[in-house]
Parts: sequence; structure tokens; C-alpha cells
Amino acid sequence: MATRRGILFVILRMLLLLFAVSVLSFVLVAMAPIDPLVAYVGPSSTLSEEAKEEIVEHWGLSDPLPARYLAWAGNILRGDFGDSITYQRPVADVIRERFLLSFVLMMLAWGLSGVLGFFLGIASGIRGGSVFDRAVKVFCLVLQSAPAFWIGLLVLSFFAVRLGWFPIGMAVPMGKLAADVTVADRIHHLVLPVLTLTVVSIGKITLYTRQKLVETMGSDFILFARARGETQGQIIRRHAIRNIALPAVTVQFASFSELFGGMTLAETVFAWPGVGSAMTAAALNGDVPLLLGTALIGALFVFFGNLIANVLYGVLDPRVREGGGYA
Amino acid sequence: MAPGMEPILSVEELAVSFSMYDRGLRKADLAVIRSLSLDVRPGEVLGVIGSSGSGKSLLAHAIMGILPPNATVRGEVLYRGEPLTEARLRGLRGREIAFIPQSVDYLDPLMRVGRQVVGTFGTRAAQEAIFERYRLGAGVARMYPFQLSGGMARRVLFATAAVGGDVKLVVADEPTPGLGPDLAAKMMKHFREFADAGAGVLLITHDVDLALGYADRIAVFYAGATVEIATAAEFAAGGAALRHPYSRAFSDALPQNRFLPIPGSQPYAGSLPEGCPFAARCPERTEACLAGDVPMRDLRGGKVRCVHAA
Repeated sequence: MATRRGILFVILRMLLLLFAVSVLSFVLVAMAPIDPLVAYVGPSSTLSEEAKEEIVEHWGLSDPLPARYLAWAGNILRGDFGDSITYQRPVADVIRERFLLSFVLMMLAWGLSGVLGFFLGIASGIRGGSVFDRAVKVFCLVLQSAPAFWIGLLVLSFFAVRLGWFPIGMAVPMGKLAADVTVADRIHHLVLPVLTLTVVSIGKITLYTRQKLVETMGSDFILFARARGETQGQIIRRHAIRNIALPAVTVQFASFSELFGGMTLAETVFAWPGVGSAMTAAALNGDVPLLLGTALIGALFVFFGNLIANVLYGVLDPRVREGGGYA
Repeated sequence: MAPGMEPILSVEELAVSFSMYDRGLRKADLAVIRSLSLDVRPGEVLGVIGSSGSGKSLLAHAIMGILPPNATVRGEVLYRGEPLTEARLRGLRGREIAFIPQSVDYLDPLMRVGRQVVGTFGTRAAQEAIFERYRLGAGVARMYPFQLSGGMARRVLFATAAVGGDVKLVVADEPTPGLGPDLAAKMMKHFREFADAGAGVLLITHDVDLALGYADRIAVFYAGATVEIATAAEFAAGGAALRHPYSRAFSDALPQNRFLPIPGSQPYAGSLPEGCPFAARCPERTEACLAGDVPMRDLRGGKVRCVHAA
């Protein structure tokens, strides 16, 4: 691959994606029954009609849709995402502060579900058709069909309410000065949200790994390895894992979209002060600038997940990396 | 081939059937191989020929113990005079008994060829020596299977058999399809090298010419049964030198002989008839042919499964 052209192409694709996402979300929000003015001043405002007219005029709310989009997009390009109504601060600041918290939550759940799901899938696939395998399959299908917030509530009511092992929400203990918060406090608060998001994400990767293992174990090169005297354990370590790991890693990176969606719901349940709960708050308050800002961040996050999946395939798979080769 | 030498491998009335779901949940047994008998002696190449669906590949898989789990095997496989049990096979595969498969698909696509040839029993040094013997350049060990040319892939598969060091039996399943005549002949020379080193070679092939050119004896399969075992010279001569009507017809159908086809087709697995499987197409058929299973018997230094042969 001509690397420089490849990178240009990737950047172009990213810009196109962001453009499409921004247009779509802008149009959707414009068509939604949200009155930005009401959202800003509140439904029981005592503002006079003339004053309201002036604000509408000042904001350009009566301009045609394309003009409004261009004004907004132009500001975004200059780094101005507008002000959040909910938090009374610039959207860029809100996202910057919260993204790290969401990122920690997502990456922990992503890594855990990936590693656990991979090994669970292998353990289940090796015993294809057994009771254990069928139990794992049912378990994963149930998890995949269960909504994230419901699982979050179950986890919350069991571990936090019934057993009282973990706090019921937030990222740090309530009423504690920021300077006094310890790492242990942070970890203590992370456990349940991470657990929830891990459980929500584990079904997909487990089922995928299991399916891929069953497929691989039926292939000719496994048959040949057996005919050459390799034991089941050697076959799995030397051949099966090697052939499943790559597609599994790819699937895991490509699942950033589900991860982001699950994160939004889990954060809301646990009052985790990340991007997801901000997004929910923005949607409930008609906070258009924040909603649009988080939508763009979400799109960017998912895009990078898919990009990494593509790049990894090229780096790790010898058939792509050394394609053409000597033959 | 010294007469009286104990065979390395002997297969006695081997039968393979698969249990399959027939209409809903009723299980049915599908008999694919009915009665295969042959023996391979040290230092010889035994060519196994027969049309597609006669059970050739399954024979190889049955010997190597790599049939799918729904297969049932009956009959006896003896290795150096003793039954080749599952446990015994586990210790012999990859060391004394080597399998050479059909295509590069039998190599792990993501493992470098050198490491793969070394496998679990070979050594790096042995692999390098064998690569040199097979004229595989130094770079080949670092290639992945998809980078190999057809001829290279074949030599790599041969190398997997030789790397164990102490090979006594080579089972090859269609090792030459898609190769030009020159390359195929080279591959056959490698089989001869195995045999000349004292190993027995079971060579399953579609290519009758190659089998005739390089094998010592030929086993002819028809519809899941061995019908005759003859020397390669007898098979090449054809006609009266052969013992079974099917092998005679097979030999007659070769282009260098009379190029004569015989009418009809081989019965399918699952609808194998009682008695001699070839009876429906045989010009010498009598009532006796359909009376029950025909045993394999010795005749004129070879073997035949026919009530009339003399």
C-alpha cells in the first residue's frame, strides 16, 4: 500500500464521515420539537415578546436551515462548539473534562470483555455441543438481547443496594474534597460501571470467538496437524488461537459503536460524570449545542475504532502484509 | 519387493460408515467403504487407483485416525503385525507414520512454513537439511503457505513427512493433482526415495500413468471395495494378465490401451448392492455373483475379489 496515499484517503474518509454526521444530526435536531429559546430561558420565563424576538434575531434562529448549519459548522471549525445550557459552560470544556472519565470506563470494559470473552469463547467452542457450550451460548444470547440500563439496574440493586459492597453511583465519594480523593476511591467507584459495561459487551465477542473456533477446528489444516501427531492442546495453542485471534481483535475494535451506546446508558444508571451522562442530560434538557458536540465526539470515537481494526489487519495478517510476495 | 517379508501395514476388510440424519431425527448409517483389503510391504510403493467416490481418500483418513466423529470403522488395520489402535496411533503419527495431504490448504495459513515443517517432533536442523534436499531455497522457510508456488507447496508437504526422521509408512492422498508431468514425475521420485530407504508407501492417486510408472503394485478400488491387487506390470499389460473384470475394463479404457469405455456407472454409497458391487456392469455376471459378500482371495501371486476369476 502506498502509505502516504493511504493516509490521505483515511483523512478524507474521516472528514466526509464527520460532515455527514454533522449534517444529519443538525437536521434531526432542527426538526425535533425543541425550541432553543425555551430551552435557554426556561418555560416560565417572564421575558417580553419583543425581548424574545431580539434573541431569536441575535441567534439567527429565523434564518433558513442551510445558513444556520453553515454558521454552526463554521464555529465548530474555529473550535467553538457553543455553550452548554445544562452546564452553563462551553461545550468543548464540558466534553474535554468528561471524555477522560468515559474513556477510562470504556477501555477497561473493552479490554476485560475482549480478554474474558475470547477465552470463554474458546472454552465453549472446544466443547462444541456440550452442556457447558450450550449454557454459554444461552448466557451470551440473553446478555446480547438485554438492554444495558436494565443490566446496570440489576448490578446496582444487587451489589450496591443489597450487598452494599460498592457505591451506588458517581466517580468519587460524595462530599469529599477533590484533593482528598484517593486512587482506591476512584477504583471503588469504577467497579460497578465497568462490570456492567463488560457484561453488556461480552456476549458478542464470546459468540464470535466460539463460532470461529468451531469453523477453524473443522478446517483441513487442523486435520493435518492431528495426522502429524499434535495433541488437542497443541492444536489449539499452535493453530486455532493463531487463526482466531486476528478476526477476534478486529471484531472487538469494530464494536466501538456498541461500546459507546452501552457506555451512555451505563453512565446514566450510575450517574457517572462522563460524556454519556452529559449526552443524556443534553437530550432531556433540549441542550442542542452539547447534544451536537457529543454526537460528533461519538462519531469520531467509532471511526477510530474501525480505523484501528483496518490498520491492524494490514499489520498482523501476513496475507495482507506480505501480499503478492514471492510467489 | 522380497516375498515373505512382513507387511508394514495390512488392512483387512475395512468398512467405514457414517451416521447421518435421514428424514427428521431418524438416524441412518451410510456405508461408504464396504470391504477394503490391502497390504504395504517395506520398500514398496503401493498405488491405489479407482474412480472418485470409490473410497480412496477415506482409506487414508481411516488409517491416520482423522475421520470425522460420526464415522464408524470396522475391520482391522494392522501396523507391523499389531492392531493399530487409537492409543498406538497417537504415538506413531508424525513420527513413524506420515501423511502427505492433497493441497496447500492443509498447511496453517498463518504459520511460517519452516516452523510448520518442524512441527512438534522435528528439529530446525532436520528441517533445513530436508529443505536443501528438496531444493527449497533458504527463504522458503520464512514464507507463509500462500506465498508458495504449486511445486514448492508440494515439496513442503513432502518435507513434513520426512522431518520425523524415522518414517516407516507414508500415506499420500492425491499428492500430484494440478502438477505438470515433469513436476509430478519429480514428486514420484521422492516417493521412491522413501521406499528405497525401507519405508512402505501407500500412494492414493487419480493419475494411473504415474502409478504405473512408479508403483510396484496396484490396488484397484471399486465402490468401496478392493477388487484386485496386481503388479504394476500386470496392470500395464492388461487383458489376461489381470484377474478381475473391472480391472480389465479399467485397463482397457486407458488411452494407451484400447481406450474402450464400459457402459454404466459406479453404484453410489448408500445404494451398494448385495454381492459383488461390479455385478451390474459385468459381462461375466451369473447368479453366484449376487449370492453374498465375495471374499478376497489369492490368485496367481496377486489378489482378487471375484467368484469367477481363474
